[in-house]
Amino acid sequence: MPVATTGASHAALTPTRRLDPAAAAIELVDVRFAYDTREILKGITMSVPRGKIVAIMGASGSGKTTILRLIGGQLKPASGQVRVSGQSVPDLEPDALYALRRRCGMLFQFGALFTDMSVFENIAFPMREHTELPEEIIRDLVMMKLHAVGLRGAAQLMPSELSGGMGRRVALARAIALDPMLVMYDEPFAGLDPISLGVVGQLIRRLNDALGITSVVVTHDVYESLKIVDYLYFVSEGKVVASGTPEEVRASTDLYVRQFVDGAPDGPVPFHYPAPPYRETLFADVDA
Amino acid sequence: MSTPKSGEALDELSQGLRRLGGAVTGGIAWIGYAARFLTAVIWHSPAAFRRLHLTLREIYFSGVLSLVIILTSGLFVGMVLSLQGYEVLVRYGADEQLGILVALSLVKELGPVLAGLLFASRAGSAITAEIGLMKATEQLSAMEMMAVDPIARVVAPRFWAGVISMPLLAALFSALGIFGAYLIGVRVLGVDAGAFWGQMQAGVKVWPDVTNGIIKSLVFGTAVSLIAVLDGYDAKPTAEGVSSATTRTVVVSSLAILALDFVLTVFMFRGVGS
Repeated sequence: MPVATTGASHAALTPTRRLDPAAAAIELVDVRFAYDTREILKGITMSVPRGKIVAIMGASGSGKTTILRLIGGQLKPASGQVRVSGQSVPDLEPDALYALRRRCGMLFQFGALFTDMSVFENIAFPMREHTELPEEIIRDLVMMKLHAVGLRGAAQLMPSELSGGMGRRVALARAIALDPMLVMYDEPFAGLDPISLGVVGQLIRRLNDALGITSVVVTHDVYESLKIVDYLYFVSEGKVVASGTPEEVRASTDLYVRQFVDGAPDGPVPFHYPAPPYRETLFADVDA
Repeated sequence: MSTPKSGEALDELSQGLRRLGGAVTGGIAWIGYAARFLTAVIWHSPAAFRRLHLTLREIYFSGVLSLVIILTSGLFVGMVLSLQGYEVLVRYGADEQLGILVALSLVKELGPVLAGLLFASRAGSAITAEIGLMKATEQLSAMEMMAVDPIARVVAPRFWAGVISMPLLAALFSALGIFGAYLIGVRVLGVDAGAFWGQMQAGVKVWPDVTNGIIKSLVFGTAVSLIAVLDGYDAKPTAEGVSSATTRTVVVSSLAILALDFVLTVFMFRGVGS
């Protein structure tokens, strides 16, 4: 079965397939977004089913992180719909938005751990902020979360004492501290060694299945993603250009997907940033 | 008929006017933004005060850790003031007035202003750098995504810590200054101790002298704290952005202190003999 794609350069392939909206935890419909006059998203449509892991892939600067920020309500779209659990995120009042965020977790690209707090305090932070739990219960819950990511022994370390992979795992433990329904991962594999990369990947899968959460993984690590996710969307220049299951992606002959999977330097995503012809640049003074 | 030269001059003039207009409207927009930010900080302050340990912790970082530089500076400023003051007063046989000269200078003027400038350099820059780095490393975004408002959790405690610390630091600066002046004036230069303290006691009034100093230091504390937290919160999330925000805090805070000091002194000035 071919990977579903959109866009003029992929006209021969079938259009983007939308997963069953009734079961969607997240739904984006024709979402457009611009920073000032620079248009980042040009009509993104995608849905994420409950309990699944969906990857949003694309080259750097393709608007992947912007999609996460729209889902989390940190940004508002210029047009289109962003729905999480049936709620229109851009229309939520601040209190309702914060209530929604309490049910979501997010793992930032470099962990974003609070540097003035220990590992233990970082994970206890959301519990202390949003619950009235007694200290001994918080302690047990933090230890359970740390045990889930294999870092129970690192509870008293400071973030500066952690390796990149450990920091990411602590951030993951913090993201699931309040047992969220949805966890968003922003480049969880960036800058990790192969062992840490595998560990974090497997943790995302295991925690998703064990806790019954929905996961959105923004990444450009195609190999690791194909191992753990249920569905992938490929984003380029602000549009969804292809989507499919890992099997469909592996078998795809689509040029964009192949360039991404094979890591080819040139293709639908050009190697060169748009510029005047090379000769014109080099011999501008001679021609003049 | 206009010549090309007059056309160029006209262009330059219009560009200059445009830049001036841009600077004025930019300045007004910044003041509006700062006012909205201050409103947000005050709005979220009850939440910050409910968890008093956050504000106390920041008072430690902003206030207690500034003590060394404040106390040392106060001591030396008082000693220098005593030496300079004595040299002038002794010419007119008024060296016994040294106590009141030093005390009024410190309590009404030098204490709040110098403590404010030192506070801006030591604590203001640290607050800006800390908040700016939290922004650059996405810690503030992480807080937002955890449904925790960074203004309530990070900004408000630091703002109020500055407002509370500043008058206390100014008072300590003045106290150490007076002690320094006593050491030099009485112990070294031989001014009569009774005259030194007696003149001071008789000449320095709680209202208006000490109160004016307290009002000034409160205003400076508010200004420095607001500039520090705003610059940090508004910093570009890059190393360069944090660095320039930190520098801006020190420069803008210092200028604000000097300008506000003049304005406040004009309002507090009662004229000779009044």
